[in-house]
Amino acid sequence: MTSFPLQISRPIHPTGIWNWITTIDHKKIGILYGVSAFILFIIGGIEAMLMRAQLASSNLKIIDPELYNQLFTMHGTTMIFLAIMPMGAAFFNYLIPLQIGARDVAFPRLNAFSYWTFLAGAIILNASWFLGGAPNAGWFGYAPITGKAYNVGHGIDFWIISLQVLGIASLAAAFNFIVTIINMRAPGMTFSRLPVFTWMSFITAILLVLAFPVITVALIELQFDRFYGTNFFITSAGGNPILWQHLFWVFGHPEVYILILPAMGIVSEILPTFSKKPLFGYPVVILSGIIIGFMGWMVWSHHMFTVGLGPVANSVFALTTMAIAIPTGVKIFNWLGTLWKGSLTLNTPMLYAIGFILTFTIGGISGVMHSQAASDAQQQDTYFIVAHIHYVLFGGSLIAILGGIYYWFPKFTGRMYDEKMGKLGFYAFFIAMQITFFPMHFTGLNGMPRRIYTYGSEYGWDFWNLISTIGVLLLAISMVIFIYNIVSSWIGGEKASGDPWDARTLEWSISSPPPEYNFAVIPTIEYRDDWWEKKMLGKTSEEITSDDVHLPQPSYWPFIASLGLLIAGFGIILSIPVAILGASITMIGVYAWSFEPVNDPH
Amino acid sequence: MSEPNNHSTHEDTTTGLNHRKLLMWAFLGSDCMFFASLIATYLVYKGKSVTGPDPIDLFSIPVTSVSTFVLLMSSMSMVLAYAALTKGSLKGFRVWMLSTAIMGMTFLGFQVFEFRDFTVNEVKISCEENSPKYIELESKLSSKQKSDYKKQCADGIEEAHVEFGMTPRTNLFGTTFFVLTGFHGAHVTLGVIWLLSLFFYSFKRGAVSAERHLDVDLAALYWHFVDIVWIVIFTVVYLFGVYEGF
Ligand SMILES: [Cu+2]
Repeated sequence: MTSFPLQISRPIHPTGIWNWITTIDHKKIGILYGVSAFILFIIGGIEAMLMRAQLASSNLKIIDPELYNQLFTMHGTTMIFLAIMPMGAAFFNYLIPLQIGARDVAFPRLNAFSYWTFLAGAIILNASWFLGGAPNAGWFGYAPITGKAYNVGHGIDFWIISLQVLGIASLAAAFNFIVTIINMRAPGMTFSRLPVFTWMSFITAILLVLAFPVITVALIELQFDRFYGTNFFITSAGGNPILWQHLFWVFGHPEVYILILPAMGIVSEILPTFSKKPLFGYPVVILSGIIIGFMGWMVWSHHMFTVGLGPVANSVFALTTMAIAIPTGVKIFNWLGTLWKGSLTLNTPMLYAIGFILTFTIGGISGVMHSQAASDAQQQDTYFIVAHIHYVLFGGSLIAILGGIYYWFPKFTGRMYDEKMGKLGFYAFFIAMQITFFPMHFTGLNGMPRRIYTYGSEYGWDFWNLISTIGVLLLAISMVIFIYNIVSSWIGGEKASGDPWDARTLEWSISSPPPEYNFAVIPTIEYRDDWWEKKMLGKTSEEITSDDVHLPQPSYWPFIASLGLLIAGFGIILSIPVAILGASITMIGVYAWSFEPVNDPH
Repeated sequence: MSEPNNHSTHEDTTTGLNHRKLLMWAFLGSDCMFFASLIATYLVYKGKSVTGPDPIDLFSIPVTSVSTFVLLMSSMSMVLAYAALTKGSLKGFRVWMLSTAIMGMTFLGFQVFEFRDFTVNEVKISCEENSPKYIELESKLSSKQKSDYKKQCADGIEEAHVEFGMTPRTNLFGTTFFVLTGFHGAHVTLGVIWLLSLFFYSFKRGAVSAERHLDVDLAALYWHFVDIVWIVIFTVVYLFGVYEGF
């Protein structure tokens, strides 16, 4: 059937590692995403710990300034692009088809391609450590310090190319989820019945599709300046470094919501389940998500209050930033309303979800403080900002993701985690987080700039810095508890039933872990929280199994196309012939893929 | 459920829309933001070059109008190719498809010619005292070009030929112009490859047919999009670049 000259027989029932390399099952890809992102999260965490060691006290010389610059750049880039975003993608992959009653995503092979391309980007970025030094200009890479004149070596090149490759991965995934959510909903699964997590993922995917091209262009411009001598950010030729800031934050602020909306979705699933109540004000939660997604485009210059854009621009962006806090606040009240008079089960996922509300609110409040342009001028580039970003990303996105891992752990693995250890891990994590990040508000307000590698004792920053460093050690211990719980439960945990939480959404109506085809019969949806309502009405039917569902078959080509991108990525930086080789491999992969039928004829 | 087959007109999806078509629209939305960012960069830097040449020194509106017209006609040809296919005329499809691809290649040819023309551009400046052309260009010429002019005139000729070309490195106009139009050209190139693939594929029995019109429909959608982007570029870069009023 395939008319492509390369006759490689298709992997029909691959085993072992080939099973994973050729898989196009959204659940396996979700697990690949989750495990890879978690490993990268640990790497980013180690980078943070090294920095905290250096800052433990004044005038320390554990790490030299150049390495310190590389550490904070890699820490930020890794956590945002290689840890939190792909952990979100892990949930999208695993859950969206299950929540909408589908057997897979719309484009299963494109989905595999997204994952392998993400991995390629992660490898390219981290390879920079061994190939002349990591990038060192901060995660938002301001011009002109990223320019060739101020930044020789390949660090920034690796940063640019890896972000471009990650952009391809994110865009491919976002297209896929948009089509999946619009087009693959089970009969009756209208947008007004769509689970909140899927809704928030849908908004996230739309933001990704529109925001990523902007940073793609910014990176292309920087790349052309560095590689081919163009003038985009060269001030002597009239270039304006502020253009980089605008392009970066036009992407960067929607990116903030790309990071937080999936977390809000996760929390909106956990709270109703363990409150035994429907989500309070479902339409309002959805609507405020949409408003956040829309207004996220109108606030980017709040990152640039000290640039000197003028009082009018600063006032406008201050006002829009204050306004965007409203839909976020609305959501917080909806979550509180969900808890109100619920019969609460305070198990591990629920603790994480409540912890999310607490810390995210603190982060939101310091965020509103930044919206005052005048006071932001005092806070800009201090540890106060570091405190804020960690309260919203660590105490917001990540805490929800960890809660989500516990909540869906039975579904993902078919086993139960250890509840006692889970709770212990949560309390350790939550307390350690406050010890680490709360003091940064004080050091920041006392004037400590971010990104300095050491400081003098006369500033009086020693005490709170030491507390933060102790907090990081506790955080590491809490993560060890988390990892131990997950790994040991995955191997030998108690077997989980299909619906261990007496939960509400469709993914709980099937066995744990779900069969390869998800649903033997595609369900017909009649209610919001359909599974819950049907349980209440006694309308659930015995689950049936099937061995006659046609699923898309595994394929080598997505992996090969991504492998080509990996090679091409290194090639662009190090050697043009290698780049051509990589691009050719990708071309072959894509061409063969487009001629390969979804299913070979039987 | 899987990637749809395109043998039937009814789509087995929630909305009835085809998966691939929806994907294409999402991609085009994303690509809009891509070009919007490039055009925004161009506009931010318009008139900010430290040295020449400027648009007015290089552009030839009549020439670019011809290539623009060719690209517009290729869209019409694309429509005819699709119409022929849905009416079941494979021969008509091939004729119009090939003509679309050829017009696309013609456009690219013009672009290559234009790029080359810009890089090797020269101006003739008379060597008389206070030559009006020299006064006009003085602020745009680099010190190297000025000394070249003086050196040539010192040899006693009447008119000096001063190199006044533009590459992506010359100035901000060169940087933004070549990157913007270059990425558009890359889009056209990809489109031509796609169109030619469909053209050659149509000689395989049953590979391109009225029932499988979606393959062509998607290529057409992409082709029209690339065309529309060019109209914006032609207006913003070329027309606004030459006519002072804008
Ligand atoms: Cu922001």
